[in-house]
Order: sequence, then structure tokens, then C-alpha cells
Amino acid sequence: MLVIFDKVQKSYPGGRPVLRDVSLSLDRGQTLALTGESGSGKSTLLNLAAALDTVDSGEITLDGTALSKLDDPGRASLRRKSLSLVFQQFNLIPSLTVDQNLSFHARLAGCHDPDWCAHLADRMGLSDLLARYPENLSGGQQQRVAIGRAMAARPKLLLADEPTGNLDETASATVLDLMLSLVADTGAALLLVTHSHEIASRLDRRVHLAGGQLA
Amino acid sequence: MTMAVIQALASHWRAHRLQLMTLLVGLALATGLWSAVQAINAEARASYGRAADQLALGQFDELHHPNGPIPLSRYVELRRAGWQVAAVLEGPIRIQGQTVRVLGVDMVAYPALPAITQMEQSGTPPDPADMLTAPGLLLTTPALGPLLNGQTGLPPVLISDALPPDLILTDIGVAEVLLNQSGKVSHLIILPDQPGAVPPLTDIAPELDRILAREQLDTAQLTHSFHLNLSAFGLLSFAVGLFIVHGTVGLAFAQRRGMIRTLRALGVSMRRLVWLIMAELSVLAIIGGTLGLVLGFFLAGALLPDVAATLRGLYGAPISGQISLQPQWALSGLAMALGGTFLASGHALYRLSRMPVLSGAGLQAWRSAASGSWIVAIAGVAAIVGGILALLLFGGLVAGFVMVAGMLVGSALVLPYALSLVLILFQRSAKGPIAQWVWSDMRAQLPGLSLALMALLLALAANIGVGTMVSSFRLTFTGWLDQRLTSELYVTTATDQQGRDVAEWLSFQVDAVLPIRSVELAHSSGPLFLYGIIDDQTYREKWPLISASDGVWDRVIDGTAVLVNEQLARRENLWPGQSLVITPTLTLTIAGVYSDYGNPTGQAIVSMPRLDEVAPNAEARRFGIRVAPGRATELAQALREEFDLPPRAVVQQAVMKAQSMAVFEKTFVVTSALNILTLGVAGFAILTSLLTLWTQRLPQIAPVWALGLTRTELARLELLRSVLLAALTAVLALPLGLALAWALLSVINVEAFGWKLPMYLFPLDWAYLLGLTLLAAAIAAALPAARLLRMPPADLLKVFANER
Amino acid sequence: MNVRTWLIVLLLLIPGLSRAQGYAGLGGSAEGFTVPQPDYTFQFPQDHGPHPEYRIEWWYLTANLKGEDGRDYGIQWTLFRSALKPHEAEGWQSPQIWMGHAALTTPDKHYFAERLSRGGIGQAGVTAEPFEAWIDEWHMRGDDPSAVNLSANGADFGYDLQLTAKGPLVFHGQNGYSVKSADGQASYYYSQPFYEVQGLLRLPDGDVPVTGQGWLDREWSSQPLAADQSGWDWFSLSFDDGDKMMAFRLRGERSDFTAATWITADGTTTAIPDGEVAFEPLTTSLVAGRDIPVRWRVTLPTRDLDVEVSALTPDAWMATRFEYWEGPVQISGSHSGRGYLEMTGY
Repeated sequence: MLVIFDKVQKSYPGGRPVLRDVSLSLDRGQTLALTGESGSGKSTLLNLAAALDTVDSGEITLDGTALSKLDDPGRASLRRKSLSLVFQQFNLIPSLTVDQNLSFHARLAGCHDPDWCAHLADRMGLSDLLARYPENLSGGQQQRVAIGRAMAARPKLLLADEPTGNLDETASATVLDLMLSLVADTGAALLLVTHSHEIASRLDRRVHLAGGQLA
Repeated sequence: MTMAVIQALASHWRAHRLQLMTLLVGLALATGLWSAVQAINAEARASYGRAADQLALGQFDELHHPNGPIPLSRYVELRRAGWQVAAVLEGPIRIQGQTVRVLGVDMVAYPALPAITQMEQSGTPPDPADMLTAPGLLLTTPALGPLLNGQTGLPPVLISDALPPDLILTDIGVAEVLLNQSGKVSHLIILPDQPGAVPPLTDIAPELDRILAREQLDTAQLTHSFHLNLSAFGLLSFAVGLFIVHGTVGLAFAQRRGMIRTLRALGVSMRRLVWLIMAELSVLAIIGGTLGLVLGFFLAGALLPDVAATLRGLYGAPISGQISLQPQWALSGLAMALGGTFLASGHALYRLSRMPVLSGAGLQAWRSAASGSWIVAIAGVAAIVGGILALLLFGGLVAGFVMVAGMLVGSALVLPYALSLVLILFQRSAKGPIAQWVWSDMRAQLPGLSLALMALLLALAANIGVGTMVSSFRLTFTGWLDQRLTSELYVTTATDQQGRDVAEWLSFQVDAVLPIRSVELAHSSGPLFLYGIIDDQTYREKWPLISASDGVWDRVIDGTAVLVNEQLARRENLWPGQSLVITPTLTLTIAGVYSDYGNPTGQAIVSMPRLDEVAPNAEARRFGIRVAPGRATELAQALREEFDLPPRAVVQQAVMKAQSMAVFEKTFVVTSALNILTLGVAGFAILTSLLTLWTQRLPQIAPVWALGLTRTELARLELLRSVLLAALTAVLALPLGLALAWALLSVINVEAFGWKLPMYLFPLDWAYLLGLTLLAAAIAAALPAARLLRMPPADLLKVFANER
Repeated sequence: MNVRTWLIVLLLLIPGLSRAQGYAGLGGSAEGFTVPQPDYTFQFPQDHGPHPEYRIEWWYLTANLKGEDGRDYGIQWTLFRSALKPHEAEGWQSPQIWMGHAALTTPDKHYFAERLSRGGIGQAGVTAEPFEAWIDEWHMRGDDPSAVNLSANGADFGYDLQLTAKGPLVFHGQNGYSVKSADGQASYYYSQPFYEVQGLLRLPDGDVPVTGQGWLDREWSSQPLAADQSGWDWFSLSFDDGDKMMAFRLRGERSDFTAATWITADGTTTAIPDGEVAFEPLTTSLVAGRDIPVRWRVTLPTRDLDVEVSALTPDAWMATRFEYWEGPVQISGSHSGRGYLEMTGY
């Protein structure tokens, strides 16, 4: 198993529980859709998987590493090397060009492959936009850059939080197609948070989160 | 409704107390530094005005003898011809090492002076007989009273607060005894109400020059440049302080956008909001301004004694060391605070008023902001060029300051563009992704930080410029003192006769006795002090000539040429080869020009016989004595004993130098203090700017954190960024500072003081300043960095939250 | 008030002479100054010169003039000496203070000027032989006082006159010892009332040649007046029949003190004791904010004198630092003629 959630509990700072006793696993190369209402805890689950946040109790194991055993640098290193993130708000680095954004994560992870990056740019339809800055791109273009940045590091796990949430239907479809095909090609696992049943239906598995628990 | 809106707006400050404090501190600092300088200037001007009123200066035309005192008989002749004139005898005396001016007026004929009026109207007016007949009475200031009272052999002392500092006012009959000038008159004042028919002055006193009241050189004119200098510094400090205000107001407005949006959605018109915010800013400006006035008052009180010492030392300007609250600078301070607040908030207010009712936070459009920087840079270049043109076209002190201002403002405007160019260069050459991000991110930060960096640039440039000027001056001055004060001993005797005795007594025991004799001439260029010298190697070897023609000393000694000081040379544009009209009957070729610091008046040197021609009665009481340095102390003691001279009458070279250096150091105390304060304010401006940027930083930092950097690394990078920007600014400030130093030394000083100074470089000072700057930047960035370090992931995650 | 004012007050205050009356409260002793004695023998020309050992002294000349334009004029020329200490010294150290007053009165305007100086430096003083009294360019100068040139200037007036004495000096009181109060304060006091005058007046509209009569008073003393005396009225009257009278009244709280000298055309004098001459103000005029009697009835029954004395112009106010009224008068009634009137303490 690539990711294992074992009885994970997480509360907001105020003490209100967000995740209650969640157990879940994801195999290598597998794609999983996580659905649920607003506030059901799905983004929190994703952030925990991304080692952006820590559990209150329980354990998350990523590629054999128990996340609770890691310190801050350890978690950062894990984020750098083992997984990639795609956000609803794209979260590109505004001060870097498309080209620099694309390769940024891979270079952080120390696995930059210029050919692969060029390939990705080509495949994402960004070849003509490489010198541009994110603020000059459309939402769909920005999200393609974000996906390209995520895949450039050849992650074992791709975490995507409502990646099409800010896009219109056409852009949404293009982005999703590209992402799924890349995941398939690279053999990465995908944990995708969405509230769209249509998107969820295109993934291997699907779990529903309600009131902090898996349904 | 208005009350509700006010409550909503005010709630922001309750929630952001630190921000409120920062805003008030910024306003207080800006107003405080400005007011301090204004208070000092106002006090000084009031002192001059008071002195002019108290001594009736510049109210009457005066009659002067072109080269020396007027004999009393001349006064009587003028009177007996019908001319209504009053006699004045004035001069310095030294009492326990302090120089005090004695002003002796003919109490019977001189116009009523306030001090006299006050004395006469007091409960116990002195008997006029005591005032007019021996021993007489001395009127002086409360400060000087104890000194005089402790002195034996002086007439009784009366105290008056209607007198300028360091002055003794007395009857002319008393003054002629004190000054040992029996039967002499320094000058005559021409009283109003002359009788109908008096013979022309040219018939009865052709040798006297009439100097019109408006032509008399007054202290205010003399010190104008000094005060202009101070004002320029005050304005610089004020501008730097405004950067803080700008930063804080910008932040407050950014944070209140949500609230404003909500208020508008609730039906509050933008017009009303803008008015209310302006009212709010006014209140804040008045509070901050008032705090600033208090600060300024104390700051001025702390600085004034040194300023007073400087002005007295440099110009002999009568100024007391006491500051008093005067409405003009208090009001101007508040007005500056209000104006400054609106100037600093104008942009934020404008942007707020243009904000649509519904608008998201959106992606920060930093690149378009940054791309505007080249327009600003062009404006900057224009400012620099304009300043230089002003100097070339108009000249003069004001044009000099315009050039300096143009240079400073222009460079500040060019700074963001220059920095972004440098950062692009660094980014291009960067290898790793983090380095690349750091450089690019710094560029992204530039628009937000540029004002603070401009403030830093100005503060640093001013520091380097003024520091270089002062240090160059000090080095030059020290060297010059070594050249000028060559004699091992300086002796002042009580009378000319004693002077001759001393010279004779010494002639067998020392290497040389150099008489120091001078006479004040009423020259067309203003007062001119003419000195006579004898031929001696000392002059030939040591005298600090900055320009000389062939055989300069031989020609001066044989009486065919004259030396002039730099002030006179520059003011009148007289250089070697040209002629100087010394008196109507004596014109000599100028053979050389010598430097002469700390002296506002013109000076010239001729051979002793020439001086005797012009002023046969010039005092011969002062001498420089060349003797083996080892014998100086022993000889000084012997002189005092042999001629019963008071200790102060025989001064050793080292003491003279120490006194001169002390005056010099005091001259720049204020400048240095303002310098340090300005730098502190600039550091504070960086802090507020970084705090302002903080809200905008998270969206930049969070993605990088998500991509695998720890908060520790990010915090470290934040610090590094701030330090790097400060360092870059400092590097750019160096040439600007040196240009400023050059302008101060070669333009401002020449215009203000009449001397040009060589420029020396002090790399160690720069290193120290750089260190200080980096430290300030690191301290300023430490607070945001520490926040980042301690920030829980949940806060960072909020950036990614879908519902923002 | 400045030193000068202060000096003038001093000058007019301290000495106990008729003209210096009106300011009580200054000490009663003469502090080292010489005091006038009844049996004094005048020595001329020395006594025309200054007496520094006395506190106060003056050379006081008035003249009634007629212009070629037919108008009446009056002039005053006064040099006061006031000693801070009873000696003279060279240079600024001199304790002798000199003050000059000059005035020119026309039927409609009064011009005046004031000068101050100290002795010792030559700016002001008096020499007896040849005779000269001067301050600045003002002077009264001649071989002796019987024939002098008199000149003074102000900002808007001036005069230059020749004075020739047509009669002897006359001595007031007891051979020149003039008593000023019932308590016995006194001064030395003599006059030359017989000057014939001719010369030029300088007025803003041009020069006016004039002729007329002049009267010089010489007086010196060291004593203050009685404490209750507040001012005085002093008359010098020249009647058309050639007789003259000097008369004064010192106004006291307890009682007035009067004295007079009747001078016949040949210079014979008769001292008239206290209480014989009567003075009655008839009309007052508002001058410089005060009520000044400008028309008087003066009677002396023993000489069948009953005249009205009225000012040529009421506005003869000397707005000098010490202010007083001094101007020419016309006489009508039992006798007619011209004269001068001085009034202080109003």
C-alpha cells in the first residue's frame, strides 16, 4: 500500500472534531476520489496525507514511512520528494515564469529532467506560454501549469484538492483529462478531493466523507 | 448611521493596537524631528531678533572709520556741527577664560535700550550718578552675573533679562576703562530727527563711512545658511518619518477592505466613507503630531545648547541655550503632521475610493506595479538632471540645496528600477530553484518595500554624505590647525607697552617672536580684518596656502603684495594676480590665498610696515612665540611671573588646538544626532513596510512551504531577503552618499561658509554603516520571520482553503 | 522713560529753585553741594560761567519779537546744568549733565527742541571769558553777555539773533540772593532784562527778519524746595513805559509763596516781598490734555498795577521729556506791554 490512514483523528484548534477514526488505504497507481459536503473534512484529510498537517491520533503511513515519526524537516522532505499537490487556487508562484514554475518542484526535489519538463509543457499545451507569468494566464492554463509542476517531479502520489473547482466546464474537462492521463502514464497514485460525482466516477475508487467519518 | 460607521472603522484600531501605535509613532517621529529643527531655528531667530531689539541693532545708520576707532574729538566736532550722533565703544574682554562683549553706549545720548528702561522702571532704580560716574555699573544677563560678581576690580553688576547672552552693557565712560580704550569711539550711530540745516558729512568728517541701517550685516543673514542646513535635515527626517505613516496607513486600509466592502454593501456611500476616513486620519494626525511636538520640544531642548555653542563659535551670534514653546513652530509642526498624513495616505485613500463594491482579493498584480517603475525612474533621472541644471543656471546656496534635493529625490525614485534590474541579474545567474525563487520573490516584494527602501537610501546617503563631509572637514581642519597654530606659545599682554617689553625680554631667549596685529577695515565687501606679519620661516614653511604665485612670501614681505583668505577670494572672486583695494590709497596685488576655517569674515595679510601705514595705532599686544617645544611650559611660567600676566594671557599651542577642536566638534553634534535619528527612523520604516507586506506574503510563501520547504527555512529566507535588499540599497547608497558629500564640500560649503574642502574617503565608516544597516534590516525582518516560524500549519493551510 | 528723562527729572527736581519746583519727595540735603548764602558778592565775569559745586544752574533767555511780516513771535533758549556730583572731570567721567531747550512761538504754532550732553568732553558747557554757552551747535556767544550771538536749531525751525544789552544787570531778592520759600530755600538769581534783539527766524515757510526785546535769567542753587510745593507760575513782564517786573508764585499746599522784582527803565530794582503780588487765573485752555491758565490777572497795589496777561498762543507747550508751558504773553490794563510766562506742575 502506498498510503494507509489508520484510525486517524483530527480536531480543529477549538476542539471540534473534523476527522473521526478514519481508516483508508490507497495502492500504488490507484486513483481515489474523496467526496463529501463542505466542511465534511475532506480537505483536512488531504492536507494530512500531504504532511502539511499532523494527526491528533492514529497514523498515516506513506510509502512505508509513518508520518507521525517525522519532524518538520522530515515532513518537508517528504512533500518535496514523494508527493505533489494541486490546489483549487492553483497556487503558482507569481514571481516565476511558467517555465520556472513547471520545473520548480522537480528542482526542489532534486530530480529535474529537462526533457520530461519539455514533454510535459508540450503535452499540457504550454509550450508557447513558457516565458509568461501566471498573472497573464487563464485559470485553465494556470491549473495546467500547476499539474505540470506537480508531475514534473514524478511523484508517487498526487494529491489534488478540487482541481477544477475554479474552472469553467470546458477548461475543467481538459484539465481533468490531462491529469488523469498523466497519472496513468507515470503510474502515480491519485487522491482527488471533489464534490462532483461526475468527476468521482472517472476514478478507480471513491469514498464519501460525512461528518468526519467515511461512509 | 455615522456613529455606527465610526464605531466600525474604529474597531479596526482596537483590534490592531500595535498598528495604531506604529502609525502614531511614525507621525510623532516625523513631526518631532521636524519640529525640533524648527524650534531650534525659531529660537535662534527669536534670539537674533531679541538681540537686535535689545541693542537697537540695524535701526540706525552708523558712521565708521575705515581702519580703526574714531577719536572722541571727532564725535564732539560732529555734535557741534549739529549732527545728532551717539557714541558707542565696544569690544571683547576675557573674564576667567570666557570672552564677553562689552557694549559701552553714551547713556545720555543713546536711544533708550530695553534693559535700561527695565532697570529704571524697577522698584529700586539705581542712582544715575552711580551709572554715569566712576566706578559705574555693569548691566548683564542672569547667566553672566555670577561670573562677573566673582571678579574683583569690576564695577557693581546689575542683572537684566532684556540683554543678549555674553554681553555687558554699560556707560561708555565705564567701557573705555574696561576696554582700555580711553578717548576712543568704535562707531557712531546717527539718531533720527536731525536739525534742519547741518553741513554735509563729507565736509566735516570726510574720513568716516556712513553705513546705512539696511546694509548692516545682521546675524540673521550671517547664519541663514546654517539654518537652511538644519531645515534641510529636518525636512529629510520628516520625509523619512512619513514613510512609516505611508506603510501603516497602507496596511490598515488593506486590512479594512473587507469591512469597507461590507459597509458599502450595507448602503454607506463611498463619499461618506472617504470623509469619515479623512476625519479619522486628521484625528490621528493631530494626536501623533501633538506627541511629536512634545518629542520635538525635548529634542530641541537637548540639542539647542550645542547649536547655540556652534552659532556663537562660528558667527558670534547671540543665542541662549534655552528653548521655549513658540506658537509658530508648534503650529507648523501640527500642519506638517496633517499635511504629511494626507500626503502619505493619499494613494491608499484614492485606491480605496476607486474600489468597486464587489471585488475579490485576487492575485496580486505585482508585475504591472513593478513595470511602472521605469516611469518613476525616468522621473527620478529628470529630478537629478533638474537639480544639476538649477545649480548650473542659478548658482547660490538655494540652488545648491535644490541640486542636493534633486539628487536625493531623483536617486530615491530611480532606486526601485535599479534594484529590480539588479535582482533580474541575480535571478538570471541563480542556479538552484530556491535561489531563483528568492530573487524573483524579492522583485515581487519591491513595489511594497520600495518606499521603505527609498527612506533607507536617503538615510544612508545622508549618513555617508554628511559623515564624509564632517570627517573630511575634521581631517582638513586638524591639518590646518597644525599649520596655522605653529607657535609654541601665544601671549596677550595688557597694553602695547607691555607688549613691547615682553617682545624685548623674549627676543634673547626664543627662536622668534611673531607679532599678531590686526585692524578691522570697513571694506566694500564687508568687514575685512587686515593682519600684518614679519618675515619668518614659520610662515614660509607652514602657512596653509591653497593658491600661490611665484615668490609669494618675498612679495608680501617687501610690501608689494597681499594674501587673502579663501572666504574673501571666493566671495569677491579675487585670485592671485588680481588686485585688492585695501583702502582708497592702498591697492596691492594678490600673491596667494590661504584657507581659514571657522571664520565668516574676510581677511588679508600684508607686511608689518604696510599695516602700520594703514593703521598705525593697531594694537600690538598679541604674539606667537617660536621656541623649542620642550621649553614652552617653563617659558610660559617665566613669562607669567616676569610680567604678572594672568594664566589666560599665556596659552600653549596644545591648549589652543584643543579649544579649536572642541568648537569644531560641537559644530557637528546636531548634524550627527539628526543623522542617527534619521537612520533609526528608516529602520522603523522598513519594519512597518514588512509588517504591511506580511498579509500579502502568506499566499507567496504557503505554496513553497507546501512544495517542501520547512517554516524554519522560509523564516531564514525572509530574514535573508530583507538583509539582502538593505545591503543592495546600501551599496547603491554609497555612490549617492559620496555624491552628496562632494556636493556638500564643494558646493554647499562654498556657498554657506566660503570655503571648499578636499574630500577624503573613509571606507571603515562605510563598513560600520553597512553593518548597522544590515543589523537594522535583520531586526526589522525578525518580527515577521519569528511570526512565520511560530505559525501553526493551520494558518498556512488557510491559504489553500477553497472558501476564501 | 529713559536715562535722559530720568536726568531731566533729576535736573528739575533736586534743586530748590523756583523753576525746578513741583516734585516733592526728594531729599532735603545738598549732599556735598555748596548752598547759597545771603551775603554773596558776585564776581564777573566768573559768575557768568558755570558753578559745578552747585547742583543746578541755568542760562535762560526769552525774547518777544516782531517780524517784518508784522506778526508777533517769541523765542526761548535755555541751557541747564545739573551736577550728579559737586565737581567737574575730564572726558566721559564728568558728572556734569547739560540740557538745552529751544523754542519758537508764532501766533498759531509752537516749535521746540531739546538737547542733552554731559560735560567733560566739550559737547556742551559754558565759558565766562570770552562768554560762550553751548550745547551741540546751539550757542550764546560774545565777548561778554552784554552782546551775544544766539542760535539754535530744531528739525523744523531755527533762529540766529544778535542781542545787545541796553541796560545793567539786575539782581533779584537781596542783592541776588533770592528766597524761594517761607522755609528759607534760596538761589543766586540775576538777570539781563534789557536786550535789544535783531536777527532771523527760520520757519518752515521761510526766513523771517525780526526785532524785539530779550531777557536773560541766570540762576544757580543746590537746595530742594519745600516739600508741599507742587508747581509755579513765573512772569517776566516788560511794560511800554520802560518799567519791568519779574514775579513768581510757588503753589504750595499750605500756602503760596510769591516774590517779585520791580525794575525801572534805568535798572533800579525794588524787591517785592511775599504776598504783595496777586495772581488770578481768568481763563484756562485745554493744552496737552491739561487745563492751563492762559489768561491771568496780575495786581500789585503798591505800584498801581492791575493788568491782564494773556498768551500769544495757548499752545506753547514744551513736550520735552519734562513737560511745561513757556510762551510769550501780551499785557493790557493799567499797563500794557509784552512778556514771557512759564507754568509748571499742571
